[in-house]
Amino acid sequence: MSRSTVLESITCYHCGDDCKAEGHVIEEKHFCCNGCKSVYLVLSKNHLCSYYTYNDHPGITNEGTNKRFDYLSDPTIISELIDYTDNQKTIVTFYIPHIHCSSCLWLLEQLNKINTAIHYCRVDFLKKQLNIRFDHRDLSLQQLVELLTNIGYEPLISLQDVIKKQNSVKDNLVQKIAVAGFCFGNVMLLSFPEYFGISVYEQSFRHFFGWLNILFCLPVVFYSGNGYFISAWQNLRKKILNIDFPLALGIGVLFIRTVAEILSHNGAGFADTLCGLVFFLLVGKFVQKKTYHHISFERDYRSFFPVAVQVLENKVEINIPLSQLHTGHRILIRHNEIIPADAILLKGEAMIDFSFVTGEAIPVNKTLGEIIYAGGRQTGEAIEMEVIKPVSQSYLTQLWNNEAFTRKQDNRLQTFNERVSKYFTFILLIIAFSSLLFWLPGDLERGLASFTAVLIVACPCALALSTPFTMSAALGIFDRNKFYLKNTAVVEQMAAINAIVLDKTGTITNGNNNKIALEANLTEEQKQLIYSACINSGHPLSRMIYCYLGVQDRLEVSHYTEIPGKGILAKIKTFTLCIGNEKFVTGCEVKPAPTTRVHLLINEEYLGYFSFLQYYRDGLNKITDLKNEYQLHLLSGDQDHELEALLPFFNNKDHMHFNQSPQQKLDFIKTLQSSDKQVMMIGDGLNDSGALKQSDLGIAVTDNVNNFSPGCDAILDGSSFDKLPAFLRFSKDTVEIIHFSFLISLVYNLIGLSYAVTGNLSPLTAAILMPVSTVTIISFTSLATHLAAKNRKLI
Amino acid sequence: MNILYFLIGCSVLLALIFLAAFFWAHRQGQHDDLYTPSLRILLDDEDEPPQEK
Repeated sequence: MSRSTVLESITCYHCGDDCKAEGHVIEEKHFCCNGCKSVYLVLSKNHLCSYYTYNDHPGITNEGTNKRFDYLSDPTIISELIDYTDNQKTIVTFYIPHIHCSSCLWLLEQLNKINTAIHYCRVDFLKKQLNIRFDHRDLSLQQLVELLTNIGYEPLISLQDVIKKQNSVKDNLVQKIAVAGFCFGNVMLLSFPEYFGISVYEQSFRHFFGWLNILFCLPVVFYSGNGYFISAWQNLRKKILNIDFPLALGIGVLFIRTVAEILSHNGAGFADTLCGLVFFLLVGKFVQKKTYHHISFERDYRSFFPVAVQVLENKVEINIPLSQLHTGHRILIRHNEIIPADAILLKGEAMIDFSFVTGEAIPVNKTLGEIIYAGGRQTGEAIEMEVIKPVSQSYLTQLWNNEAFTRKQDNRLQTFNERVSKYFTFILLIIAFSSLLFWLPGDLERGLASFTAVLIVACPCALALSTPFTMSAALGIFDRNKFYLKNTAVVEQMAAINAIVLDKTGTITNGNNNKIALEANLTEEQKQLIYSACINSGHPLSRMIYCYLGVQDRLEVSHYTEIPGKGILAKIKTFTLCIGNEKFVTGCEVKPAPTTRVHLLINEEYLGYFSFLQYYRDGLNKITDLKNEYQLHLLSGDQDHELEALLPFFNNKDHMHFNQSPQQKLDFIKTLQSSDKQVMMIGDGLNDSGALKQSDLGIAVTDNVNNFSPGCDAILDGSSFDKLPAFLRFSKDTVEIIHFSFLISLVYNLIGLSYAVTGNLSPLTAAILMPVSTVTIISFTSLATHLAAKNRKLI
Repeated sequence: MNILYFLIGCSVLLALIFLAAFFWAHRQGQHDDLYTPSLRILLDDEDEPPQEK
């Protein structure tokens, strides 16, 4: 017994998992598997063991990864992956999901100690990217990837590298802000003498300062502010009046009036207001743009599928890129590889794990001649299959041919800003022209002065800033709660939702965390026997069983056979064990049970079974409590045998839909939308992709945000699932805050307008009013968002 | 007070130099990764392996 208690406390030196199997011990360090051990050996050989001193257990379990990277010798694939190459060196950037601590950083930047052909490696921690420069004459790309994989940092290789593309979108926003800030500071300085009064003797300074101010305004208007003119013009041509129009008008009028006043020695102009306006607007833009470098919201099936497939031609294996795969090809799928196209099983024992597709983690057994849909992952031996549909036409991928994927997202709600700015612009123009007309008969100069003053003072700076600042604060709150939104518009979208559709498997159930129940009375000895038999098997059910039984003394197994899809036959001492499905164990065909069961037979005596219950995520009841405020639906691709278990949550059989194909899911969302519902879809697998895309707000639930998740508007970490109702309420608070800050900015506008229409707007008033209103809005929105989040218990 | 012309010229020039420095740094990619260096500095330099001493 003492040995077993010791065993319990042993964790893998490399990855920190519990050591379930024995025999992986070197230098008194225990490892959970061969994979972890071999990583340690590689590192210790190269004197890189400091890796383990920076953090405890920095590694990832390396069990069961024996991927093949043969396809990386194909020149067309190589050329798509690398950034640069010449006749000596190659530069490549890998995305490595496992980068998570300083040990990772340290090790990956020491790669040249392992192989001297690597000249340079640099980690970008937040993007989880590794940039490597290496000599390709001594080290091929394939060898490099194998080296990374050997030390436990397998790069994620996908030809549809969205993350790279996403990050390469560049505008000069930072530079524009720098220029605007520089000019703003200088103009402020040069405007002070004017405000405090310049004596008659120093008039030459006034002109000098004026000229300098014009000089500083030029880059602000034509470099920093040009985006507003372009956007206003483009929208005007599309006959849309968005907020950029009054902004551009304001900037333009400010500039012209400033130049005119200074040139005609009529006044000091509004140079400081102009520069401040552009500067604050750009800062607002900057704040709104929050990027998650390591998360991609735009994935499609190509990122899930392998880059290349092994095709058997005349019994010779060749690697071909996925795009060249077509019907009739005979493909070879090895352990842990993903089936890229619908295919018929020709040879081998298929145990397909559809967790990518459905979220269901327990592998399914398939028989010869059966059609296996793309997206499944083979576990076990290599299988041969014949492709019956091209990749893009497969059961799953044909979803992407649906119009939901080609259409631009124009069914989305207009944001509050867009709706308001239309009216705002009209009213602004009416006031401006009527004040012009009012003064025009007698006093042209005063008319023009009031006309321009109205446009200047009513320039909706505070309005334009209220949304970005509120939203970015809200995004920060969501982010803190592991809820990652694609952009700020999603928050408003979320507040408008009135129907929620939930996927079942992987979304409300947690694929990896099944509840296991033992429906048998076992003696300690029997438990020990079962433990010893199951520990030999790599099958996930076996693994769950031996984890459930806890650490036992492992007995020697004299005879062991595993029949895939059926069960295990084992001989231990004098006992014969038969563990597996009902037909295999009892020999008779029975009707399907409501749960997955593993039956037990020892020495021809039937003992009972383990049943694997689906485990619902914590907080499911909190979400289903929303059914008074929202229309709630369940949409599942599975059989309805969990209907009874789920009924208490949903209360209404009509709102629970089972046996739905991916296409049907999409269509269901469409039907809801046609009855004027704003639908939020919460799903996880590839089979929900269509529904996620079609819905007004698609949320992908995942237990590891670095994992693949289908294209969506937001990614929710599984551990924050129970906070969803709070998120929904908080999004509504946020929209209210925006409305309120809009009111505040209107008050400022009214104050300014009362000066402006008389034509007596002094530059000083404008210069004070603009920053004060901006600061008020920024502080109000940040404070209010913070309070609302506290109120919803999100911080 | 004519010295003001000179002083303002100087201050604008200085500010321009800083602006140019910022542009240079930005173009160099110094602002691309603002997080990793903060971790990198925590890592010690490796001791030389014994056989190379």
